[in-house]
Amino acid sequence: MARTHITTVINGDEVDFLAEDSTSLLNALRDEVGLTGVKEGCGTGDCGSCSILLDERVTCSCLVFAPEASGASILTVEGLADAGELHPLQQCFLEGAALQCGICTPGFLIAAKALLDKNPDPTETEIRYALAGNLCRCTGYDKIIRAVQEAAMQMREQ
Amino acid sequence: MALTEENPGYKWVGTRPIRPDGLDKVTGKAQFGADLTLPGMLFGKVVRSPHAHARILSIDTTTAASMLGVKAVITGSDFPDLAANGAHASDIDVANNAIARDKVLYEGHVVAAVAATTRELAEAAAKAVEVSYEVLPHVLTVDEAMADNAPLLHENMITKGVEPAPDQPSNVASRIVHERGDLEQGFGEADVVIEREFTTKPVHQGYIEPHAAVADANNDGRANIWCSSQGHFAMRAYTATVLGVSQGTLKVTAAEIGGGFGGKTVIYLEPLAVRLSQRAGRPVKLVMDRDEVFRATGPTSGTRIKVKMGISNGGELTAAEVWMAFEAGAYAGSPVGAAGMTVIAAYDIPHFLVEGYDVVCNKPRVAAYRAPGAPMAAFAVESVLDELARSIDMDPIEVRLANAVVEGTQASYGPKFPRIGFVETLEAIKEHPNYTAELGPNQGRGVAAGFWFNAGMNSSATVHINENGTATVVTGSPDIGGSRQSMALMAAEELGIPYESIKPVVADTETVGFNDVTGGSRVTLATGAAVVDACRLVIEDLRARAAKTWDVEIDQVEWVDGQAQHVDGSQPPLSLSALAGKSGRTGGPISANASLNARGVGAAFSAQLCDVEVDPETGVTRVVRYLTAQDAGRAISPDYVEGQMQGGVVQGIGWGLNEEYIHDENGGMENPSFLDYRMPVASDLPMIECSIVEVPNPAHPYGVRGVGEVGIVPPMAALANAIKDATGVRLTDLPMTPIKVLEALNEQSD
Repeated sequence: MARTHITTVINGDEVDFLAEDSTSLLNALRDEVGLTGVKEGCGTGDCGSCSILLDERVTCSCLVFAPEASGASILTVEGLADAGELHPLQQCFLEGAALQCGICTPGFLIAAKALLDKNPDPTETEIRYALAGNLCRCTGYDKIIRAVQEAAMQMREQ
Repeated sequence: MALTEENPGYKWVGTRPIRPDGLDKVTGKAQFGADLTLPGMLFGKVVRSPHAHARILSIDTTTAASMLGVKAVITGSDFPDLAANGAHASDIDVANNAIARDKVLYEGHVVAAVAATTRELAEAAAKAVEVSYEVLPHVLTVDEAMADNAPLLHENMITKGVEPAPDQPSNVASRIVHERGDLEQGFGEADVVIEREFTTKPVHQGYIEPHAAVADANNDGRANIWCSSQGHFAMRAYTATVLGVSQGTLKVTAAEIGGGFGGKTVIYLEPLAVRLSQRAGRPVKLVMDRDEVFRATGPTSGTRIKVKMGISNGGELTAAEVWMAFEAGAYAGSPVGAAGMTVIAAYDIPHFLVEGYDVVCNKPRVAAYRAPGAPMAAFAVESVLDELARSIDMDPIEVRLANAVVEGTQASYGPKFPRIGFVETLEAIKEHPNYTAELGPNQGRGVAAGFWFNAGMNSSATVHINENGTATVVTGSPDIGGSRQSMALMAAEELGIPYESIKPVVADTETVGFNDVTGGSRVTLATGAAVVDACRLVIEDLRARAAKTWDVEIDQVEWVDGQAQHVDGSQPPLSLSALAGKSGRTGGPISANASLNARGVGAAFSAQLCDVEVDPETGVTRVVRYLTAQDAGRAISPDYVEGQMQGGVVQGIGWGLNEEYIHDENGGMENPSFLDYRMPVASDLPMIECSIVEVPNPAHPYGVRGVGEVGIVPPMAALANAIKDATGVRLTDLPMTPIKVLEALNEQSD
């Protein structure tokens, strides 16, 4: 089958790869680009584990065909830390024990970043609704919500 | 300050440092089951039955095998026929569940698998496998399966545990019984007797990571497997059984595991991946879709449970009669046995009869799910207990306290309890401000408790002291919820070196001694005890080396704060790094192994307090406040003890309010996606407040009790009791959806 040449900016770097028209952006990121921090939990947009920022908008990469990302700017969990310095969300997830198995963590970090980029001082309810598209089966969400609250506070103080 | 049970003077145990594997998990580096890619690797795809019950007439793989890029196609005939070889019945079931031979027993049952050069080609080839079926009548519930003249899944299944043995086969695999005293006398002594019947639906463990395995077979008969599981030694054993090879030919490496909750203690993909790799001569990756996870793995049983209990006006339970039937899915092995052991185990009841049935039906074979069997049993008994308390106008915590098992009570399932913390756990919720918090309109409060065992079983650990005095702690227990942290904390405490100086590792099946699965709340308990033993052997060795250096007897040397000290202070202390640095001159490298079958297995209790608000117009139940108290014995890693408590509660809330397998009349699952099988999301929930109770397990070096499971036992009853409190209606059928709540409210007002 013919494969399309796709050029994107991923985590700040220009990246090009080949994908069939029917290949999901999720599979292209994992199989072609090697970014396996983007996780598949469902493949139907229901769990949020494959969340990325696609032109700054939080997106389930399993619901996007790879060619649709042509010319787009993508942020994955691998691009969240700045030259080895963790993003406050990453640091607060670690310090607040906001992960158990860790499979959902990349998606939560991306969705939480999208929230804090738009709303630096969210209420608990706003955080809960902003993260309602991300499933976690281990934590009961409690420590995740607290970690996002803590990160938001630290980022406001910076 | 004096060192006491409450203040044991630990430096590391009980602290909240950052987990050792955390950085990899927040940066996307952690390698889970589906993340490995090997050179030349093929993608596999499984072909599954569309029928709930059917005879396989023929499988034609010709078209699929001839497609360009398809490298292997396998069916049941590519595996040894264990039944013909006289294998044990449970092994035959494992093999037949991995890939069907003659009959398919549920929708999603594996009939073939393919491997091809791309994902897309593998999917196309799987569709090209032609299977011809003779569809058979099916049974989906215990009621259908136990009915007279029900279609049989297994033509030779004779119920075990019935005397004399039945002369006809049935769908009932076994019957279990626990009894004590005289039921008639017990109910005669009661002032109030209440009898209720409960039903629950199958629910899935719901781990976010689908099953995944990569296999790389060599042409010398050996194979490497990378998979995410709760026990790579168990995966090796099961895979060897299905393939008919020696365990020694398989090496299994544990990937990071994206949740399991019991559902990853069994094999699905591993033997298929190995056989495909053998046939193709290349590595093969198999990953399930979420749809496949729902249709063909897990879940736990749907059940029907009848409970009759008697109580005196003074609040003393006098008798209990319990009848339970559990769906096993396609093969024998529901958790009805554990349900029978736990159902009334939290209470001291003089007269009881507990009877349980393990019933096969045309659904996926059930797998363990967090405290298997106990949650459904507790839903029934804790609901009846709530009714009994109301009937004699007694506080629901007081009625539990009045009948709670304590140290020395003969458990309903046999042994006497050693030291346990059930009373302390109930008192923790009683004393919490939530218990007296004001309730708003349409709100209600429910109490429920739960009991679960700790499994002990087998564990091994190795401790290596590195040349600079840091340590590597090697175990074979996959870390599913932060156990590497608890291993490192215990090792730091023992060795007297900083937590950060310890690297905990989960090693493959060839690098560390045998470990049973990560399950049964056993890892911090049993594998932790092995780590402590290995550390103590290392310390013994270090003391001997210091004694040799000082030319004194070993009993003149103590190990304090990470250094060897002479008892009378006559020698300058020797630190671990100093001893490690010159280990070559005192006997060589320093390391020790410990293997054990865990001693002093504890008992775990949880008590929970739930406030709900029920919307009388829509029937929607919203949890507004939740408190969980649990006896952890000793919380080695409080962050992750709380994580287990909170996670268990929220799974229970899903089970209680939303989650269920829905099947159509043909036995097909109608809701095999996270959209339609709705697990709780962040916006459904309040914070889950935790109260860690610490009544040390006397037989563990740090007093640990396993904490992973018991938290899921009380929530469904706590919710039902809270809904009753809010609305006056008693729901006995899970899940308690808005429709059921509305129907009950309408019936009440009629």
